[in-house]
Amino acid sequence: MVAFIVRRVIAAVLMLVIVSVATFAIFFLIPRALGQTPEGMASRYVGRDATPEAIQGAVKRLHLDDPLIVQYGRFAKGIVAGQDYSLGPRKAECPAPCFGFSFNNNQPVWPTLLDRLPATMSLALGAAVVWLVAGVSIGVISALKRGTAVDRAAMTVALAGVSLPIYFTGLVSLSVFAYTLGIFPGGGSYTGLTEDPVMWFQALVLPWVTLAFLYAALYARLTRAGMLETMGEDYIRTARAKGLKERTVVTKHALRATLTPILTIFGLDLGLLLGGAVLTESTFSIPGIGKLVIDAIRGNDLPVVLGVTLFAAFFIVLANLIVDILYAVVDPRVRLS
Amino acid sequence: MSTPAPSAFLELRDLRIHFPTEDGLVKSVDGLSFKLERGKTLGIVGESGSGKSVTSLGILGLHKGGRAKISGEIWLDGEELVGASQDHVRTLRGKKMAMIFQDPLSSMHPFYTVGQQIIEAYRIHHDVSKAVARKHAIDMLGRVGIPQPDKRVDSYPHEFSGGMRQRAMIAMALSCDPELLIADEPTTALDVTVQAQILDLMLDLQREFNSALIVITHDLGVVAELSDDILVMYGGKCIEYGTAEDIFYRPEHPYTWGLLGSMPRLDREPTDRLMPIKGTPPSLINVPSGCAFNPRCPYAGRTAGKATTEVPQLLETEGGHLVRCHLPREERRGIWENEIKPMLEGQ
Ligand SMILES: Nc1ncnc2c1ncn2[C@@H]1O[C@H](COP(=O)(O)OP(=O)(O)OP(=O)(O)O)[C@@H](O)[C@H]1O
Ligand code: SF4
Ligand SMILES: [Mg+2]
Repeated sequence: MVAFIVRRVIAAVLMLVIVSVATFAIFFLIPRALGQTPEGMASRYVGRDATPEAIQGAVKRLHLDDPLIVQYGRFAKGIVAGQDYSLGPRKAECPAPCFGFSFNNNQPVWPTLLDRLPATMSLALGAAVVWLVAGVSIGVISALKRGTAVDRAAMTVALAGVSLPIYFTGLVSLSVFAYTLGIFPGGGSYTGLTEDPVMWFQALVLPWVTLAFLYAALYARLTRAGMLETMGEDYIRTARAKGLKERTVVTKHALRATLTPILTIFGLDLGLLLGGAVLTESTFSIPGIGKLVIDAIRGNDLPVVLGVTLFAAFFIVLANLIVDILYAVVDPRVRLS
Repeated sequence: MSTPAPSAFLELRDLRIHFPTEDGLVKSVDGLSFKLERGKTLGIVGESGSGKSVTSLGILGLHKGGRAKISGEIWLDGEELVGASQDHVRTLRGKKMAMIFQDPLSSMHPFYTVGQQIIEAYRIHHDVSKAVARKHAIDMLGRVGIPQPDKRVDSYPHEFSGGMRQRAMIAMALSCDPELLIADEPTTALDVTVQAQILDLMLDLQREFNSALIVITHDLGVVAELSDDILVMYGGKCIEYGTAEDIFYRPEHPYTWGLLGSMPRLDREPTDRLMPIKGTPPSLINVPSGCAFNPRCPYAGRTAGKATTEVPQLLETEGGHLVRCHLPREERRGIWENEIKPMLEGQ
């Protein structure tokens, strides 16, 4: 088991290196391959209207004329060990992990990310609890009551849930529950948990429900399908043949097998959302990582986009790692390979 | 409604299990009756799809609940089970009647150890601590011939070999000393030596517990040594029933002859079977009219057209030996003595 975990951790670290290379290539190699010159890249740091001398200065300072390998090495070193930039007259210290500075406000990227993380985490974790509980219970009930009115109603709602985009359900819920009925605060009212817990909660109810509706619908369908398959397995028949009560057959034997693959998907979905719930955050104007990256893309803010990409990749790889290890704990057959 | 309780330990009366499907009504079991006493073994033989597994699941009340239509009577130790409440039948499962399933790998839960699964089975019917149940599980594993049972009790099913899994399955089924044990193809997946060991083991255990045993198989060779009585199934119906001697030395149904002729033997290549039955098993939705076996039967022409128009009755030919065939008794015996038997022996 220890060897298994060590192997997985090494694989995860390798994965992150590969992701960083790929990301770097996308942001630096492809523009160069498409004909962008170091000067063209540098002009984005100092502004388009800068004098040629200023641009040349930037190329030198940022070492944009170095071979790309060297540039990648510096980029990677910055993340691991930090680095110092000389931005014009002043020197800027950028401690590890260094993702550089925003083009738009010259703020270091990493602290900005950390600053945005709590909002995204609040949103993602809260929604995850809601969708996991709701989705799995609805899926199980639907499977056990297969073909009944309950099943059909649940699956119709679930179909709506997976088909409707978040900005639609989000805007409808905002206009009904916030602007018409006034039960919940409107968009842009997110407040940090430590600042005002009540406001934090109230402001997040609609985003939670909106995000969870989509995922709960997905999970209800997955759980139902998995449950139907499991209930037809031979070992469920064996469990009944022993004389077990149906409730025990469902909870101890069927659910255990059904939830294992769902756990995997859950880990990945959560990892993905922790890297920014882009649509939900923009619909409800929540100052999270998703909102940050949308604004950065609009503002052509390359270092921020790069930072968020790697940050999100980190969460996905981490989620993958945790899921792999959990899976081995839950499913004894995995440990063999 | 039902007739008085029979004296036999297990008695099926006109059991029918039909599944409504999109293609039509599947008559998996269609009017099956037999009796079985404690300490005795009944072999049920038939090709794939003849309804053997559905019959045994029906006895345990596990034939897929609401959608199946079940009728007839199942009497177990003086109790009728078809009309009994689901919850009552549940309390009988495991303790009063138990089953060894066809495929032990898929029939054991992949996420629980073999020990956990036996312990669970034992504790449903015995109010004991986990430690006591664990001792019992180790005990059972030892008795079915698993080496180092105190270690293997913590193994998962996928860590066992096929033969070991089958033994573990037997240990689980026997953990509560069931009075009726149904073994569904207990040896099909195993090689010949292991097969013999498992069959011996089941016989030993049966003697020890004096339980009634039903062994289901498509291979007459398996039931030859084990069974007191043999029931041959075809298309959901019993087509011949008798003692093992009746079936092996005086069989009267053309289908049974076919089974005997296609019996694999140690001294022959499996592909080199004497007299395989031609054609495929009948559809259970559109059962051939008349005798269900008529499209495949070499003697159908000798019944003056009755084979395709009239369903033959299961009639006694002699001393409890039952046969479902239109051929007159003398003609059947003649064919057996003069055509089939010499051919089987001549090989
Ligand atoms: N739940 C079900 N719904 C519809 N048809 C079913 C169902 N269960 C069994 N059947 C049908 O009943 C018939 C008898 O099946 P059964 O499993 O009893 O065969 P068997 O004699 O045990 O065959 P085998 O030797 O392959 O195990 C098959 O044709 C099968 O398709
Ligand atoms: S009734 Fe006719 S078709 Fe059926 S088994 Fe007898 S001889 Fe063959
Ligand atoms: Mg079967």
